[in-house]
Amino acid sequence: MDLFEYQARDMFAAHGVPVLDAAVAETAEEARAAAERLGGGRVVVKAQVKTGGRGKAGGVKLADDPADAGAKAGQILGMDIKGHTVHRVMLAPAADIAEEYYFSILLDRANRTYLAMASREGGVEIETLAVEKPEALARVPIDALTGVDDAKAREIVAEGGFPDEIADQVVEVAQKLWDVFVQEDATLVEVNPLVKTGDGRVVALDGKITLDENADFRQQAHADLHDEHADDPLEAKAKAKNLNYVKLDGQVGIIGNGAGLVMSTLDVVAYAGEEFGGVKPANFLDIGGGASAEVMADGLDIILGDPAVRAVFVNVFGGITACDAVANGIVQALELIKSRGGDVSKPLVVRLDGNNAEEGRRILDDAEHDIVELVDTMDGAARRAAELAAAGV
Amino acid sequence: MAIWLTETSKILVQGITGSEGTKHTRRMVASGAQVVGGVNPRKAGTDVDGIPVYATVSEAMKETGADVSVLFVPPPFAKDAVVEAVDAQIPLAVVITEGIPVHDTASFFQYAENAGSTRIIGPNCPGLISPGKCNAGIIPADITQAGRIGLVSKSGTLTYQMMYELRDIGFSTAVGIGGDPVVGTTHIDCLEAFQADDETDAIVMIGEIGGDAEERAAAYIEDNVTKPVVGYVAGFTAPEGKTMGHAGAIVSGSSGTAAAKKAALEAVGVKVGKTPSETARLMRELMTSR
Repeated sequence: MDLFEYQARDMFAAHGVPVLDAAVAETAEEARAAAERLGGGRVVVKAQVKTGGRGKAGGVKLADDPADAGAKAGQILGMDIKGHTVHRVMLAPAADIAEEYYFSILLDRANRTYLAMASREGGVEIETLAVEKPEALARVPIDALTGVDDAKAREIVAEGGFPDEIADQVVEVAQKLWDVFVQEDATLVEVNPLVKTGDGRVVALDGKITLDENADFRQQAHADLHDEHADDPLEAKAKAKNLNYVKLDGQVGIIGNGAGLVMSTLDVVAYAGEEFGGVKPANFLDIGGGASAEVMADGLDIILGDPAVRAVFVNVFGGITACDAVANGIVQALELIKSRGGDVSKPLVVRLDGNNAEEGRRILDDAEHDIVELVDTMDGAARRAAELAAAGV
Repeated sequence: MAIWLTETSKILVQGITGSEGTKHTRRMVASGAQVVGGVNPRKAGTDVDGIPVYATVSEAMKETGADVSVLFVPPPFAKDAVVEAVDAQIPLAVVITEGIPVHDTASFFQYAENAGSTRIIGPNCPGLISPGKCNAGIIPADITQAGRIGLVSKSGTLTYQMMYELRDIGFSTAVGIGGDPVVGTTHIDCLEAFQADDETDAIVMIGEIGGDAEERAAAYIEDNVTKPVVGYVAGFTAPEGKTMGHAGAIVSGSSGTAAAKKAALEAVGVKVGKTPSETARLMRELMTSR
């Protein structure tokens, strides 16, 4: 989960990383009052969206006084930045910036450890810096067991080429950012820019944090950081049922077992859809390798409740749970949804392969559900589902 | 000899008394694997279907001669369980558990690297199987047979699908390396082992979005693998920034895309199927034309 800038700022502050005062507002009036609380002087009003390029999009504005802060917030709130609607702005006193640097700690998947990246040339997009001036970006591996102690922090600061007069401050910041990284179970902690102010203080001016959701069981406080605006209603419903669901923008509902198989199913449906006017998958839904009947019912319920779905493709490989059990699950699921008064009129293309596939197909045939159609192969079933979705307008 | 497992591999199950642990222990036993013991400190002295439960991995190894551990330990306790297996110097630890915090995985992986005596497979993986020899994990044994194809995959069900489609040709070993951002055994480790294995003639490599493991594997193939490799990559339609089921399956910005992985593999002469079925067909053509 990516955090908003203001959430990252608060998390930095909680771990002792130096940050500026700040306030969050959801209306122009709140923004005006917040600017007042921040001292009534010049403030920066920044759109809170989880995407880069806010400045270019007009989502960051300087305001001279509280009245102006309210006006600027009014312009920014509700803006669309790369598909993200601005629901909140963060206000912070305009900083007196002498120099801008870059600092991050992240999970290095390729080397299966952590990596600190640092540069005395901050403020630009790090991807740009990495391409245009790779020599200016230091990359220092961090051992997962020993972490960032004073010596490691000094190594990073030296490699990053930070000026001597602030080296001690950056060493301290580096260790506090490591605390954030470890204690919050983050996979990315990035400060860009880390600045030196006119009076020589080092401050984290803008930050990004990505948290590992697998650690939610020991990070109870992270539940409060969840962005309720971001959830598609179907994604929220799926999450409540512990389903692995991602809403997409197509018309063919997809259910499968196993993340890899479902990703593959989306691709195969998209290829097949090219023949039928560009029909695409409507979602990702993995009901797990085991594919139990209850989970099948919950999954079908979500997908049949999606108004964009015109046909459903159930793609199951019967491995751990054999196909006859999966077929019984589908039959029970449809009965269950019907008994709840749900809509079971959309065509359902089912492909069962693997253990007891024939028995599974027989069970579905015998159930005589007029919406269920069996197709033997994954490619054939994807084609049929795309065809039905294209026809079912 | 296939890779990492033999007819004489003796399996220990950490977390044998949990519902998943018990269920899959029974399946492993039914498939002919030698499960010689389980570990649960609170249930030491009891048994599961006659398989003795020990308090610690080292005690279980001493009593049974186990050389493989399969872990079904829940995420909050998984790190300690792997560390215990590493301390006991078990040669192979297969971590089935899904949902382990990546900091824990990075930490036990580094710990195992430092110790130098344990290979970790997973986490968040289905394990590995050498059909007819041994089965360490949750891969269904009855969907395929022994043969001369080696398979490495991030995904469980795509592994099963491929094993099933090519069941008449059969597999030396199939390894599910897992879908987490950090895994103990990589595509490259498997390619290296299959290249060296005289019971493997050709290799299927299944990848998916996220990270650059497939690109690195492609570079490795170019320099080190002379056996034919057929590839498949899942996730062409995955949107940027969304995790697709597996914790590691995410396209970030322009990195980790399926298109880039496919291009990297094709650039080194790997035939990449557009669908799982086409991939199976490519491998079938290769094996039957030999």
